[in-house]
Amino acid sequence: MAAPRKQRMAIVGFIVAGSAIAIGLVLFALNEGINFFYTPTEVAQGAVPDGQNFRIGGMVKTGSLRTGELEGTLVEFLATDCAQDIPVSFTGVLPDLFREGQGVVADGYIDSNGIFQASQILAKHDENYMSAESVAAMEASGASCDP
Amino acid sequence: MNKRALLIIPGLFFIAMLGLLLFGLGRNPNMVPSALVNRPLPEFSLPGLKLNASAATSLIASEDLLGGIRIINFWATWCPPCHIEHPYLVEISEREKGVSFIGVNYKDDLDEARLFLEEKGSPFEKIIVDLDGSLGIDFGVAGAPETFIVDSFGMIRYRHVGVINHQIWEETFAPVISRIK
Amino acid sequence: MIPELGNFSLILAFCLASLMVVIPMAGAITNNQLWMSLCRPLSSGIWVFMILSFACLAYAFLKDDFSVNYVARNSNSLLPERYKFAAVWGGHEGSLLLWVLILSSWSYAVSLFSRDLPQDILARVLSVMGIILVGFLLFMLLTSNPFERTLLNPPIDGTDLNPLLQDFGLIVHPPFLYMGYVGFSVAFAFAIAALLSGRLDAAWARWTRPWTNAAWAFLSIGIALGSWWAYYELGWGGWWFWDPVENVSFMPWLVGTALIHSLAVTEKRGVFKSWTVLLAIAAFSLSLLGAFIVRSGVLTSVHSFAVDPARGMVLLTIMLVVIGSSLLLYAIRAPVVKGSASYTLTSREVLLLINNIILVVSTAAVLLGTLYPLIHEAIYGEANRVSIGPPYFNTIFVPLMALLAFALGIGTFSRWKKTSVAYLKQQLSKVLIASLAFGIVIPVVVTSEFNISAIVAVVLALWIVFSIAKDIFNKTSNKESFFKGLKALSLSYYGMQFAHFGMAVTILGVCLTSHYSVERDVRLAPGDSEIIGNYEFIFEGVSLQQGANYQADRAVIRVLQNGNEYITLEPEKRLYYATRATQTEAGIDVGLFRDLFTALGDERGDGSWVVRIHYKPFVLWIWLGAIIMAFGGVLAITDKRYRSKKPVKETQSESGLSVNTATKTNLSAEA
Repeated sequence: MAAPRKQRMAIVGFIVAGSAIAIGLVLFALNEGINFFYTPTEVAQGAVPDGQNFRIGGMVKTGSLRTGELEGTLVEFLATDCAQDIPVSFTGVLPDLFREGQGVVADGYIDSNGIFQASQILAKHDENYMSAESVAAMEASGASCDP
Repeated sequence: MNKRALLIIPGLFFIAMLGLLLFGLGRNPNMVPSALVNRPLPEFSLPGLKLNASAATSLIASEDLLGGIRIINFWATWCPPCHIEHPYLVEISEREKGVSFIGVNYKDDLDEARLFLEEKGSPFEKIIVDLDGSLGIDFGVAGAPETFIVDSFGMIRYRHVGVINHQIWEETFAPVISRIK
Repeated sequence: MIPELGNFSLILAFCLASLMVVIPMAGAITNNQLWMSLCRPLSSGIWVFMILSFACLAYAFLKDDFSVNYVARNSNSLLPERYKFAAVWGGHEGSLLLWVLILSSWSYAVSLFSRDLPQDILARVLSVMGIILVGFLLFMLLTSNPFERTLLNPPIDGTDLNPLLQDFGLIVHPPFLYMGYVGFSVAFAFAIAALLSGRLDAAWARWTRPWTNAAWAFLSIGIALGSWWAYYELGWGGWWFWDPVENVSFMPWLVGTALIHSLAVTEKRGVFKSWTVLLAIAAFSLSLLGAFIVRSGVLTSVHSFAVDPARGMVLLTIMLVVIGSSLLLYAIRAPVVKGSASYTLTSREVLLLINNIILVVSTAAVLLGTLYPLIHEAIYGEANRVSIGPPYFNTIFVPLMALLAFALGIGTFSRWKKTSVAYLKQQLSKVLIASLAFGIVIPVVVTSEFNISAIVAVVLALWIVFSIAKDIFNKTSNKESFFKGLKALSLSYYGMQFAHFGMAVTILGVCLTSHYSVERDVRLAPGDSEIIGNYEFIFEGVSLQQGANYQADRAVIRVLQNGNEYITLEPEKRLYYATRATQTEAGIDVGLFRDLFTALGDERGDGSWVVRIHYKPFVLWIWLGAIIMAFGGVLAITDKRYRSKKPVKETQSESGLSVNTATKTNLSAEA
């Protein structure tokens, strides 16, 4: 009886082909969806390859936020880790927790003028930068690095 | 191929995942990668804080901190977590004779800072006054409390954000200190 | 005294659970009828004490007993009553209590509704559930006791419930979600019991099916509620973010869906047994993984509870014991497939296998994406942190789900053992032509543009719908009238078709809202307006409003439809007094074919605000589809063959066999 064997071969072939496609797809998708995380200091040191999308974390420098005087929904501010400041530009709605002197995480890239063009400002305090515990501690303390 | 052997695969997969999760638990959420770790102390020269308000203040410079393991703690009276960790700092400074604690009074009111230390005791050998937060900028601190471990050559070896308690001391500070001793 | 009573009943429940692990299992091994029969009263005892414990915590919340630490951390005297009740499960400890309460309810339900189950099987099943109960009760008593008190100088007022959670969505979302998560423990327990007893047969699959369907239906609703809640409460206009916590609820659902299909094969054809058992173990393991990820803080998410590695260690230990030992048992006892396969490539068996492969691959991809930040950190060190964004998940999911939808259509017409290719061709060609024709024409005519992804989505959804319609038509065509034919079809058949139909509805909702949404984030001064299609949104300004425990900036946005007054939307931005947290409340006009979504952003000086104005076609269908799917699951449970009180009065050891024959008669009746 060759039929069951042939059939089993077909199933095995199907599984092998399927998993090959799946693995390829996963690798491709990982490449698409991965966001590296850098601090302003690392950005200033040139750790970020040109044109790469990445995620920056830091604090919104006190006194640097400009909204009202800019056109439309444009927002500009400095993201700082208190060692380096990176100018950030964003168009859209700011999240509820966005405030000067508070932590901020943004997705985007550095344009040719050295400005971080954010496509998204994250609403949550992201532990990529600081643990929830320390953020909570800082919130409670009202600490800010107003340089 | 033995078909039963295939049945072990899910178990192996599970063990691998368990290992990964264990790693995830073990990693320290309070460890913040700092640009300064494994770099020398920033240069500074700032006034020191004396408990007696009328006593003459002397400058403390970065060179003054060389020659021993220092725990540099950024604190302020306006920071509630600092109040929480303070008694433990006092306790640990009495117990740990091998290291000395340097306080950085960060953007604070000096009279209140003196009052605070008089009431609660001081764990610090020296206290640096950082009124405008400039030393904070040099260290790259984001707030208080933050604590750095500096080795005897003046290299920053570790940065901790948030409160220090017994567990954190035993699990993160003590190993770093014994490594750099 | 009430909190102490709650704590005491928790301890009693723990003691009873420990007994339920030992006595019925010992009875099953030594064939001691009395010991085995103790499992029923024990499970009801645990349930009673869990209810009592839960009631005590709820009482502490409603009476503002801030000496209970958990109440102080999650409630406030200003909090409205209904949220005080919902706050019972608003934090880690209380939600864990709800988790365990639901687990005990499932085990009680098993003892109630499994009268025709052989006693030794029931004893083993409940004993396995007892192990999970013991683990989680111990976890709660040791590290997360909700009844812990500060009797000396208790706080005068509580710190309030997280404002994100002060919402109807929170009241209903976690209970449904947990019902789903924890519900898979039943399928898990049945699988372990079957492995232990060595009776992994069609009867086992038949017993497991209704429980799996029930858990799956709850989980479907739970996930849909969570997504709906995020849609109107987070104020971003999104409904799925591929957040780790969303992912960990989605993975058990995917595997649960695979399990439902694989159980069908195992029951009807007696094949894929080992695979089915593995899926049953996997579904519950992924639920446990979810509990771990949410509660240990290894991954960050908006939903996660406070970080505490100690809790994570205990949960990891529970996972190690429960999953580790079950996988070990699986490796030792699972049956190894015998060579003869009696089905062809186009048989229903193979199509369901394809379904399973697609679903399991999807799960693996989601798991990888969720854990990848950890993997990356483990390889490259702590300083190199990454996150995985939605593009990853979308890139993988869209093609896989398209494939699944395509296979679903074929599967509808397939038969057990073998389906002739000619028959499939004959059936499917009409369906294919119809779905292609309508799927291309409708979107192009309605939107007058050619959007290939939207067309593919519509074609696939119609492909499923037409397959279902054609199949129902086929099954009724030989009856004297259409309605008589409809009546003759079994409830489980309807359940399946409803679930598949729900899938089509959700696919349409997801794809159409993704491709045709108009999203404008604009800055508007009072009197300004924004036009989307035939709707004009006029921003009338923002005023300060007082709520029970918050104050709100409330915008008034008048909406005109074709120039006529249509509706006034009032999105809010709330500031909660106790937590000083702000919270967005979207203003939404819900419609079957489109939602008008508005949310208030931030103020930009001179009275102008940033406002989100979104036109979202078919967004409701996403959740409608989930409800239809869940309804299908419920219909399948109510099928009378699960309730058949057929003469199963023979001795215990033979009852498995008699159920087998009962299934066979059902099979022939259906065919």
